[in-house]
Amino acid sequence: MTELFAQLGKSTRGSFSKLGRATFFLLQCLSGIGSVLLRPRLLLNQLHSVGVLSFLIISISGLFVGMVLGLQGFYILSEFGAEETLGVMVAASLVRELGPVVSALLFAGRAGSALTAEIGLMKATEQLSGMEMMAVDPIKRIISPRFLAGFISMPLLAALFSAIGIVGGQIIGSGLLGVDEGAYWSQMQTKLDFTDDIINGVIKSVVFGFITSWIALFEGYDAVPTSEGISRATTRTVVNSAFSILGLDFILTALMFGDD
Amino acid sequence: MANSDSHLNTLISVSNLSFSRGNKKIFDDISLDFERGKITAIMGPSGTGKTTLLKIIGGQLLPERGTVLVDGQNVHQLRRADLFTLRKRMGMLFQSGALLTDMNVFDNVAFPLREHTKLTESMIRTLVLMKLEAVGLRGACNLMANELSGGMARRVALARAIVLDPMMIMYDEPFTGQDPISMGVLVHLIKALNKTLGLTSIIVSHDVHETAAIADYIYIISEGKVVGQGTPDEIKQSDSEWVQQFMTGAADGPVHFHYPAKDYLDDLLSSGKRY
Amino acid sequence: MQHSSTQDTFVGLFVAAGIAALFFLALQVSNLSSFTDQDSYTLVARFENSGALKVKSPVSAAGVKIGQVSDISLDPKTYQSVVKMSIYSQYNHIPSDTTASVFTAGLLGEQYVSLEPGGSEDFLKDNEVLEITQSAIILEKAIGQFLFKSAEEKK
Repeated sequence: MTELFAQLGKSTRGSFSKLGRATFFLLQCLSGIGSVLLRPRLLLNQLHSVGVLSFLIISISGLFVGMVLGLQGFYILSEFGAEETLGVMVAASLVRELGPVVSALLFAGRAGSALTAEIGLMKATEQLSGMEMMAVDPIKRIISPRFLAGFISMPLLAALFSAIGIVGGQIIGSGLLGVDEGAYWSQMQTKLDFTDDIINGVIKSVVFGFITSWIALFEGYDAVPTSEGISRATTRTVVNSAFSILGLDFILTALMFGDD
Repeated sequence: MANSDSHLNTLISVSNLSFSRGNKKIFDDISLDFERGKITAIMGPSGTGKTTLLKIIGGQLLPERGTVLVDGQNVHQLRRADLFTLRKRMGMLFQSGALLTDMNVFDNVAFPLREHTKLTESMIRTLVLMKLEAVGLRGACNLMANELSGGMARRVALARAIVLDPMMIMYDEPFTGQDPISMGVLVHLIKALNKTLGLTSIIVSHDVHETAAIADYIYIISEGKVVGQGTPDEIKQSDSEWVQQFMTGAADGPVHFHYPAKDYLDDLLSSGKRY
Repeated sequence: MQHSSTQDTFVGLFVAAGIAALFFLALQVSNLSSFTDQDSYTLVARFENSGALKVKSPVSAAGVKIGQVSDISLDPKTYQSVVKMSIYSQYNHIPSDTTASVFTAGLLGEQYVSLEPGGSEDFLKDNEVLEITQSAIILEKAIGQFLFKSAEEKK
């Protein structure tokens, strides 16, 4: 029994000390952002590997999610004779929830895990240490540009996801199932509010981009520099990002859409 | 322990250093001096924290007690910016080379120049090609870091370490895992760089013969203590059994072949309890 | 450090596509365009009961959306609902004897203001009042009246 408590205490202390390290890491990372802006080349390279390389998976997923919403929405709405509001349903679910959340989950799986593995491997092969010995701060040179790139890419990717999804829903809805195309768009426009829906969705994706990039980079930086350590860190990135995204989504939704 | 007569000529001075990792004492109150323009070797069995010592000298790890003076500056009391300024004058060659894997050889060697100087691309090119020529790899400048053999990677890393013309260079196990030819090349390079550039060199190694061949002074460290020091000849003449075992590579001696264990016969006859 | 121009191009395309998607969401999907793009003028209608009408509910004539509700308030003296409507300025030929009614789109749909033009030659201008109005039909009231009537007839 005492052993159990000792174990519990040890692991609690461990997770607090990890949170402390993560916070310190975040502060260092944020303080390095200024120097990244002076060297846009570093940011550009990372926008490529974080953003551009996630583009394909995000667009394809967005298209299919939109088409599925179109199908499902049509079957449900047609029971109430409200097929005309299909556009509203597709767009609201994408812009408010699925766009930010699903694209953030995909982003954590695609870009987040890659970032963790990359940083972890750089640590294991002494590249970070080597940089420090060359009087180059690895946080400024390696971490901050990646963080900023993730932070910028996420809202763009989420917007692409939603936009492509809405078009996908329209292809199915009015192309295949015969919902009036004008009604699809005009109902959407009257029902979706710019600040309530679009801006809130963007805020969500900004928050998710921040948290996912933070987790991915920290897990890599904090990884045990062995192949097993890196593979564990990569798994933790995906799992922790998913939990954080879904948990934060609940909180943000309650804050944003709660008092209507 | 330190040679007090050569204080003026000392570039790096480690005094009363203690460091432990977990419960294990890595260094227990050791003092070492490194003379300007000389090759000093630190030898000892694997796992005695030789790499840790280099990281402490480079300011990447904080010692528990003791001071490290590099060119008169106390490494562990410098502000971050001053430490970075000092590090520009310290080269370090990591065991793995620590080349940046997303760049080719040329960009790797150019990296410190691009980070720390505002030289034009053509000047950088000249400097990089000069350093690569010095290590004999000018022809490899377009290869990616992962296309190099271990020995080549170390030579590229060496070119990178000297590209800012440092005052000193620390070699972490430069000979480990090299074939005889690459080993010969590295031995030759370290000696030549030391002579031509006047670099103060610290070699951490357990390759006795190669190191003894080029070192001016040798410290032997074991279990956190300096157990022997002197010129290579003095070390070879040492009457310490331990030093003799290490230098000749005998399997058994003061350092036992066997990891501490209970009695062999008892162990074999005991009822296969797992532990 | 590699200066690859294809990489730059892809990053450029990516950022441009992302920003285009944001604009698409703002202009094509949400109501941003409806209150920034179009000039409008205000008409006022007084209803005995405006039902579930809300700000931004559509205002239509002959099924075409011509504006939206911009404000709803209670007149403290007459206890009437004062509904202000922004009408897009291209629809500036609304006769002064036009009827404003609150209708429901479909059985479960939202409520909207329907304008039925009269025959007058005078057209309404900014901030003028629609005199003829027809209140929202409150379903409970209607059912209640219907039951009451049928009960009386049985007697």
